[in-house]
Amino acid sequence: MGLTLNPVWRLSLLALLAAFCAVGFMTLRVQTDWGFILEYRGPRLLAMLLVAWAIGLSTVLFQSITQNRVLTPALLGFDVLFLLVQVVVLLIWGAAQWQGLALPLRFGLEVLAVVLLALLIFRLLFSGAVRSLHLLILIGILAGILFRELTDLLLRILDPGVLAIDRGRSAASFNRINVSLLGVSTAFVGAASLYVLWIWRKLDVLALGRDIAVNLGLDYQRLVLRLLVVIAVLVAAATALVGPTLFFGLLVANLAYVLMGTQQHRWTLPASVCVGVICLVGGQLLLEHVLASSVPLSRVIELVGGLLFIALLLRGVRQ
Amino acid sequence: MPGSELTPRGASAPRVTVWLIILLALVVGLALWSLNVGASRMSLLNVLTGDPDDRLSKILFASRLPRTLALLLAGSALAVAGLILQMMARNRLVEPSTVGTMEAAALGLLVLAWLAPGAPLPLRFALVSVFALGGTLIFLAVLRRIALRSALIVPLVGLVLAGVIAAAGALLAQQLDLSQSLRAWNSGDFSAVLRGRYELLWLAAGLTVVAMLAADRFTVIGLGKDFATNVGVNYGRLMLLGLLLVAMISASVVVVVGAIPFIGLVAPNLVRWLCGDQLRRSIPLVALLGAALMLAADLAGRLIIHPFEVPSSGLLAVTGCLVFLVILIRGRKQWA
Repeated sequence: MGLTLNPVWRLSLLALLAAFCAVGFMTLRVQTDWGFILEYRGPRLLAMLLVAWAIGLSTVLFQSITQNRVLTPALLGFDVLFLLVQVVVLLIWGAAQWQGLALPLRFGLEVLAVVLLALLIFRLLFSGAVRSLHLLILIGILAGILFRELTDLLLRILDPGVLAIDRGRSAASFNRINVSLLGVSTAFVGAASLYVLWIWRKLDVLALGRDIAVNLGLDYQRLVLRLLVVIAVLVAAATALVGPTLFFGLLVANLAYVLMGTQQHRWTLPASVCVGVICLVGGQLLLEHVLASSVPLSRVIELVGGLLFIALLLRGVRQ
Repeated sequence: MPGSELTPRGASAPRVTVWLIILLALVVGLALWSLNVGASRMSLLNVLTGDPDDRLSKILFASRLPRTLALLLAGSALAVAGLILQMMARNRLVEPSTVGTMEAAALGLLVLAWLAPGAPLPLRFALVSVFALGGTLIFLAVLRRIALRSALIVPLVGLVLAGVIAAAGALLAQQLDLSQSLRAWNSGDFSAVLRGRYELLWLAAGLTVVAMLAADRFTVIGLGKDFATNVGVNYGRLMLLGLLLVAMISASVVVVVGAIPFIGLVAPNLVRWLCGDQLRRSIPLVALLGAALMLAADLAGRLIIHPFEVPSSGLLAVTGCLVFLVILIRGRKQWA
């Protein structure tokens, strides 16, 4: 980045561009009356904003905790874990009884299960037994494949006829957004964000690494634990809305670092959200309304993100 | 370097022989069982005991026997292809479905369905082989750019590369309205195997035999280019042979039944675990174990929700992931 703009300007530009995308998404090629457009595009826009928010925040936080730019919650199989929990709950509880529960309660229970499982995985991974970053990511990706295949298998065994419908859920889709969950996930994401707002001053210290942070008087262990809960909640909310997104967080967070030219969280956190909005809403705007293409945005993100990941790996090895 | 073929724990000949007999018995048993299971009632004993009526032999020869043969051939060929790929990448954590070979082959089928839907089998096979070759070459080219410091970055790069190729295929399929077909090619399933639809796999069997005969030299490749050249092996030509074998075996399987994951990883590693690292002598074991795994996965898939079927690729993916994870976690100290 040859530009020597200060972070305020950079972030303002990003925010402006994001707002521009959002307005464009709502207004471009409007052919019917506004009531219909609001009803049809509004919830989708809201969902994409929420997803960008949740994934941007969770990835940057996670990368600060783990102190690297390659690892993301999705790469550790977090989002697929959520899908697996959903299916297992269905299996144990029975679909009819489960559907009878109130939506927020259901979602809350699922999130709780994911948080507990995620913490368990983290204990295993960060207890010192596994020291290699590559091993960590490899285990994560394999766990992702394993969870996805298990989910698929369970669905097939549960109901051999229904698999075609649910199978599509194992890949992210920004066209078929689970709008009924908007209210609940807004609440969860909001609560998680409030906590981040509460402690954001500690984040820059946290990112210095365990030893320095402890020396500077940070209650490291407790903060990390709480942040992991926050991350699990955010990832669960995003996954519930659009499905798993393997490389989206990686893409957004790294773009935010590069575009902001700083590591301070007060800049990188909002920037990652803005970049997420630009990628999601702008991308959807471009594909859907400008190119009138049926190509799913999630595939494009997966492709670009995968290439970025390989590039990051190659660079990391060379250093 | 950890994960390479450099630590010869010599396999004693009697041990290999014992396992050879055990695995052979296992494969024969599973094959007979496989002949016996299906949606329509038919018992093998009926064929032996008396009136082998028309219906029975029809089911047996048109459907059951081809399916069982296809399982045997595909399983053993993929196991050996995985072993060769591992020797070429000098890493025992890779196999055709986790480095992009199979995904590229499925992409080839997609391109065929788009440009030449009615292409004859030889042409299909040739084009899909070219794609599989391309996918494998990309992987090996990326590997060459990595200084091999961590044995784990090799399977990692492979998995992501496979994902990228799969994503590209999915994009194209979406554009061409062929998503459903691509999904079928990506998840191997033997339920549609009938007489006249699997014979390409005999070619894979032939390639497997070639691979077994050349296995000696592939062991040398595992020791590195300089060493191989020193002992008088034509490294370039041998790499090409290996590439062709892996690509053509993968292509023939993908054309006939679709992508089958993880057999090429599980079989060689289990054999290593049973008989040690010197795989020249135990390469028949790898082939037999591959066949046994394929038969077992398909049988399980047919029995779990009988008379419905679960495609064997799903079961194999779950098993393969678990084995992979166990290998990783058991060996985590040497990889750190």
